[in-house]
Amino acid sequence: MSFSWARHYEPSHPFMKWMDEKLPMPRLVYNAVGAGYPTPRNLNYFWNFGSLAGIALVMQIVTGIILAMHYAANAGIAFDSVEHIMRDVNSGWMIRYAHANGASFFFIAIYIHIGRGLYFGSYKAPREMIWLLGVVIYLLAMATAFMGYVLPWGQMSFWGAQVITGLFAAIPVVGEPIQQWLLGGFAPDNAALNRFFSLHYLLPFVIMGVIILHIWALHIPGSNNPTGVDVKGPQDTVPFHPYYTAKDGWTLGLFLIAFSIMVFFLPNALGHADNYIPANPLSTPAHIVPEWYFWPWYAILRAFTFDFFFIPAKLLGVVAMFGAILVWFFLPWLDTSPVRSGHYRPKMRIAFFILLVATAVLFYCGGAPAEEPFVMMSQIAGAYYFAYFLIILPVLSRLERPLPLPNSITESVTGKPLEQAS
Amino acid sequence: MVRFFGFLIGLFFSGWLIVSAIMGAVSYISEPPPASVEKQFHLHPKAVNFSSDGPFGKFDRQQLQRGFQVYKEVCSACHSLRLVAFRDLAALGYNEAEVKAIAANWAIQTPDIDPNTGEVTGRAPVAADKFPKPFANDVAAAAANNNAIPPDLSLITKAREGGAPYIYSLLTGYVEDPAKIAKLPKEIQPGSGLHHNPYFANLNLAMAPPLVLDGQVTYGDGTKSTIDQMAKDVAAFLIWTAEPKLEVRHQAGWAVLLFLAIATALGYMAYQNVWADVKAQKKKV
Repeated sequence: MSFSWARHYEPSHPFMKWMDEKLPMPRLVYNAVGAGYPTPRNLNYFWNFGSLAGIALVMQIVTGIILAMHYAANAGIAFDSVEHIMRDVNSGWMIRYAHANGASFFFIAIYIHIGRGLYFGSYKAPREMIWLLGVVIYLLAMATAFMGYVLPWGQMSFWGAQVITGLFAAIPVVGEPIQQWLLGGFAPDNAALNRFFSLHYLLPFVIMGVIILHIWALHIPGSNNPTGVDVKGPQDTVPFHPYYTAKDGWTLGLFLIAFSIMVFFLPNALGHADNYIPANPLSTPAHIVPEWYFWPWYAILRAFTFDFFFIPAKLLGVVAMFGAILVWFFLPWLDTSPVRSGHYRPKMRIAFFILLVATAVLFYCGGAPAEEPFVMMSQIAGAYYFAYFLIILPVLSRLERPLPLPNSITESVTGKPLEQAS
Repeated sequence: MVRFFGFLIGLFFSGWLIVSAIMGAVSYISEPPPASVEKQFHLHPKAVNFSSDGPFGKFDRQQLQRGFQVYKEVCSACHSLRLVAFRDLAALGYNEAEVKAIAANWAIQTPDIDPNTGEVTGRAPVAADKFPKPFANDVAAAAANNNAIPPDLSLITKAREGGAPYIYSLLTGYVEDPAKIAKLPKEIQPGSGLHHNPYFANLNLAMAPPLVLDGQVTYGDGTKSTIDQMAKDVAAFLIWTAEPKLEVRHQAGWAVLLFLAIATALGYMAYQNVWADVKAQKKKV
């Protein structure tokens, strides 16, 4: 840990001393998320969503392992095995609804977590690696969620698999062989379902591994904070435990209350009715839509309606959709402003809030049918989305005059200079 | 270098999207897409309440039994209920003997194999069996129903936008009066073998109105079996077939919420307690 005043792990019980000599696991936990991790004292509630996303992932793994005990990954019986879970497995309905809605709550947490990083400049030096690993986690989570949605083998599962693997068919020349290779056939069938199940079970553990790297990388510079000002002394920090465990603990309660309302009272509100119809390759649903958390990207995909000379619109849409996320990998080098927090960047702040509006529009249009005026709305919002990252941020970084920064975190909280604060 | 290439890529994507939006707007104004008659005449489900609605919702067992009777006497001739077993009917308030009798007297046989000859045969269902299908296979179902396969009803209230109110609206929403049909635009008039129903997405469907007469089913509990009542009862029954664990889900939900409310309140107090010393230093606003 980088701060000299971090508390040291001193086991008092003989067993803990013995353990510390043989396998210092308690020490690792103490330094990672215990009293040994000094954390800025001024973190606001946006900083709670990282741990909430982590807990949501653990809940997904636990419910998922139980579901896998009863689920059958075979195109002939997958749909019925899910209904078997819903009807005949003890509390199976609870496990399945918790897993289906848990994916949504994981994405709610991760989207707020990403938005927090964008506004408070958590992607900037010295935290670039934390951000890059976070983007990797997000990409893995998208793949996992998509493959999980295929498993119930309903109409949206089947046609979602067809559309998403079809994106690769847009690649010139090798596109179609790639799609067939991904599916293991000419259309989604048992081969596709089996490999998706296999990967859906594997990837969450890969995500877990990358999360460990994400937290490891976090512990080198320590957490960012709402002022974006570096930690300068012991008065600027509090030990992670008990301060932030207590804060994370009670907000976890709020998160679980919202989650339980969905699981027990509105379990299908975030799903699509068509996925209760068994997969039928001969009948295409009127509107094929992915899960809500993919809607902004789906809107960007469908926003490209015109060929650009020899480049077909579909290929442009696919490149733009992946590009919209891959651009995050370059963000630390696109935004060169030395000021991290949006609080002290009056112009970036306005641009950021317009980005939130544009993203909300993309969310809305991605779930709507591909007709006017939704296409036009997603074209304008999509244009702003790319402009924000690739044009506005780099230019603003040069032009903007930031507001004066506080001298220290302590001064911003107590109003007294760091030296005078107790 | 990153910023330079980023700038070019950004200009390309944003620029092409703006150009596309303008081209789309121009073609939208010069050649507005023809208004879809189907959309214009399609109706949203009627507002109808069921006792299972809302976070305190519970099934009305009398109504479920009436709805089951409608399914048995009307719907089951064409529609399967393949995910529901006779034993599940115990949840409707039938005792074991009644469930066994319902299974034994079911009009359709459960496919089986003759234990002596190995030949495919049929037998009366038992309580452990799922409801047998009215047609041997999809081809037989389509052949008997003007080429439309009657969908399985087990999950129908969850598999259709609008849920149970949609089922109720569809059953009560047929337009059969030839004078009214003649007034409809040509393109949405029902073809041969089809029936007009504004609640159906395509406006015309192969299913003939199944509930046509008040008193078509004679209810055991004395309820007047109007078409409206029968449609409502069978819709309620189909909520149960799609979501048999609805009541236990609602009950468990309140228990979980009560626990979480107490735990969160305690957690909040612990948080206040832990942070008291740090918050005391905060500047007064």
